[in-house]
Amino acid sequence: MITKRIIACLDVHNGRVVKGVQFVDIIDAGDPAELAARHAREGADEIVLLDITATHEGRATLLDTVRRAANELFVPFCVGGGIRSAQDAEQVFNSGADKVSVNSAAIANPSLIDAIGSSFGAQAVVVAIDARRDPEAADPVREAQVLVQGGRKITGRRVVEWAREAESRGAGEILLTSMDADGTRAGFDCELTAAVSESVSIPVIASGGAGTVEHFADVFSRGKADAALAASIFHFGVSSARSLKQDLSKFGVSVRLPC
Amino acid sequence: MRVTVIDYKAGNLTSVLKALSHLGAEPEVTDSDAALIASAERIVLPGVGHFNATKRLDDTGLTPAISAAIANGTPFLGICVGMQWLFSGSTEAPEQSGLTAFSEQCTRFPEGTEKVPHVGWNSLEVEPTSRLLRGVANSAFVYFTHSYKAPVTEDTAAVTTYIEPFAAAVERGNVFGTQFHPEKSGDTGLKILKNFLDLPR
Repeated sequence: MITKRIIACLDVHNGRVVKGVQFVDIIDAGDPAELAARHAREGADEIVLLDITATHEGRATLLDTVRRAANELFVPFCVGGGIRSAQDAEQVFNSGADKVSVNSAAIANPSLIDAIGSSFGAQAVVVAIDARRDPEAADPVREAQVLVQGGRKITGRRVVEWAREAESRGAGEILLTSMDADGTRAGFDCELTAAVSESVSIPVIASGGAGTVEHFADVFSRGKADAALAASIFHFGVSSARSLKQDLSKFGVSVRLPC
Repeated sequence: MRVTVIDYKAGNLTSVLKALSHLGAEPEVTDSDAALIASAERIVLPGVGHFNATKRLDDTGLTPAISAAIANGTPFLGICVGMQWLFSGSTEAPEQSGLTAFSEQCTRFPEGTEKVPHVGWNSLEVEPTSRLLRGVANSAFVYFTHSYKAPVTEDTAAVTTYIEPFAAAVERGNVFGTQFHPEKSGDTGLKILKNFLDLPR
C-alpha cells in the first residue's frame, strides 16, 4: 500500500542548519550533511534542504553543502532556495539533488517550471507555494492568496489556480505552506490543503503548523495530503521521524515501517 | 567491478552513480560508445521522464549494442523508464519501440479516485525465487515515481499494488528491471543493487 511520507526539512544559511521561529532568533543547529544523514537514519522518507542564504557568494557554499549531504543519502533529496533558471537547477542536480523546489522565481517566470521539467522530468520539479487565506474573498480557502518573499508580498495569484497551472506546466509535486498556520504549532490548515489536493492530480506536501502527532494524522485524513513536512516538530519533543510514524500508525495512517 | 551506466539524457545520473560507487563498483558513463557496451561487465540503464527519451538509444546506435551484450550474457539492469524500455513499448509514446526482451506493453495507470502519478514509498510482494531481490523481506518498502507501468507476467520478480497490481521488478536470465528507484530506496534499494553487482556472469 502507498504510504504517507514524512519529510524532514533543513533550513540552511551560509552552509549551516539554522532554526528559529519565522527566521527570528536564528540559532545554529548543526551541519547539513550530518543532520540529513541522521534524519534518513531515523526514518525520514525524504529530505528537503531549503537554502535561506540570499547572497550570490552563498550559491557556491550551497552546491558544496548539497554535494556533502547527497553523498551518503539514499532516500529522495530535494533542494530549494534561489533557483532561478534551468542552469541553476542543473547545478543543483549535478551536485546530487533528486528534485528542486522553486517558489518566487516560478511566480515571476512560470515557464521556469516547463524548462526544468522538460530537461529533468516532472518528478524533479516541486513547486513551493506560500499561501494565506483571503478573509475578504467569498471563499477564503479556495481563493487563498499566493505570497512570496517569505510571506511578505501578495502576488495577486490564487493558490488553487496557481497549483493547477504549475501541474499543467509539468510540476511533479506541490509543497504547500500555510502562512496562517506556520509557526503556530496549532495544526496544519487542513481545509486549504484539501482544496489544493483535490484540485490537482500530483502529490501535495503539507507544511506549516505542525505541533502534535494528531496534527499529522489530521492533515493526512481531512487535509488529503500525500506527504507532510516536519521541521520544527523535531525541535519540540518528537524525537524522530520513526517515532512520529510509529505514533501515526496507531492513528491508522499508512506509513513506511519498519524504517 | 566496472559498471557501464548509459546516459540517454533522461534526467540526472548522479544518484545512481553515487549508489553504485557506495557499493564499491566503478561506474563509467557512456551516451554513445557501442564498444564500451560490448566490453561491459554490467550494464545499468537508469532513466526518469518520458518514454520518448529512449529514442536516443536508437539514434546513437546503442540499441543493437545493448541487444548484443544481453545476448552475450552481460547482466543488465533497467531502472524506471529503463525497465519499461525492456518491454515492446509504452502507450506513453506509441511510435517508439522498446527492446522487446519482454513482449508486453506498458500502459498508464487508469484514471479514477487515486492520483496519477504514483509517487512515494510502496511495498513489494517478492517472488521467492528472485535473484535480484534475494534477501529482501516481503512487504519491504521502495520509492516509486511514475505514471506508466508494466503488467504482471511470469517474468515478474515483485508485484506492487497501486490502483491495480503491476510489475515492480522483472527478471529473466541476465535481464533485470525495477520500476522503483533502488538508488533512492534506502537500505532495501542498496541491497537490491548489491545483488545485481554480485550476480555471477
